[in-house]
Amino acid sequence: MTGPAVVLITTFLASMVEAIEMVTIVLGVGATRGWRSTLIGVGAGFAVLAVVVAALGLALSQVPIGPLRLIVGALLLVFGLQWLRKGVRRVAAHGLAGVGMHPEDEPPEWNGVGFDWTAFVLAFKGVVLEGLEVAFIVVSFGANANQLPIAVVGGVGAVVITGGVGIVLQRFVTRIPRSFLQLVVGILLTTFGTFWALEGLGVDWPAGDGAILGLLVLYVLTAATYITIERRRAFGFEPAA
Amino acid sequence: MNRIVGWIVAFGRFWYHFIIGDDWTVAAAIAVGLILTAILNAAHIIAWWLVPLIVVVMTGLSLRRAGRKT
Repeated sequence: MTGPAVVLITTFLASMVEAIEMVTIVLGVGATRGWRSTLIGVGAGFAVLAVVVAALGLALSQVPIGPLRLIVGALLLVFGLQWLRKGVRRVAAHGLAGVGMHPEDEPPEWNGVGFDWTAFVLAFKGVVLEGLEVAFIVVSFGANANQLPIAVVGGVGAVVITGGVGIVLQRFVTRIPRSFLQLVVGILLTTFGTFWALEGLGVDWPAGDGAILGLLVLYVLTAATYITIERRRAFGFEPAA
Repeated sequence: MNRIVGWIVAFGRFWYHFIIGDDWTVAAAIAVGLILTAILNAAHIIAWWLVPLIVVVMTGLSLRRAGRKT
């Protein structure tokens, strides 16, 4: 039988990986689109999670997560690509001129009246998918080791601590110019979207979760290359003969 | 009745903008990429590279098209 400390550390670390993905999405969307609708999406996501976990309990591990990963991943991918393209165009046009500028001086990504469904849906999907993955980790580790309460502490602890770090980071993230933030969030959504959609299809990534870093590097380089090309096109720079 | 129709139209419009956005070709290429990846994966052919490649190529093509319009 596995010891309680091993179960606690394993579920905590495994859950933290998922919690970091969740907090990254919520933080990026909130800072770019506004916090009200984003936080309502987070609340709704946790409410759905609580109902699902309460209703299914240990049977949760029998739920096929593949289709959910595919749907959420594909939606994040196509939406993330829109922000990536917008971010490339804006940063190419204005550079990092917004750095140091007060965030209120920049036009917000969304300034409509009422409810921002885009922020809600993005935050909701991020919380539900990653929260379910944390619940799967807790149930599988906890049930297999016959240490479910310890595994619950590990999983919930990881989400609470990562969420706390996110709240601290939120102050700094909102100081980043919105055009640049949109590019960064676009890259992150495209990265997670690609990873989850293909995992949902049953594709084995080389290096497992480490492939997320590989995708991130690829998309950062892609964005940097296209920003250079767009700037050359916009300002008429020609490469030296 | 009109309110329900209006709500359905707004709901459809939201998802259209969420998925298709300003360039339908990108969403279509991603859909094709995912279908091809599923087919290749079922045939036990390594296919993780296909969607990232489509992302890189389609982003460039879409930016180029948008640049021509402006």
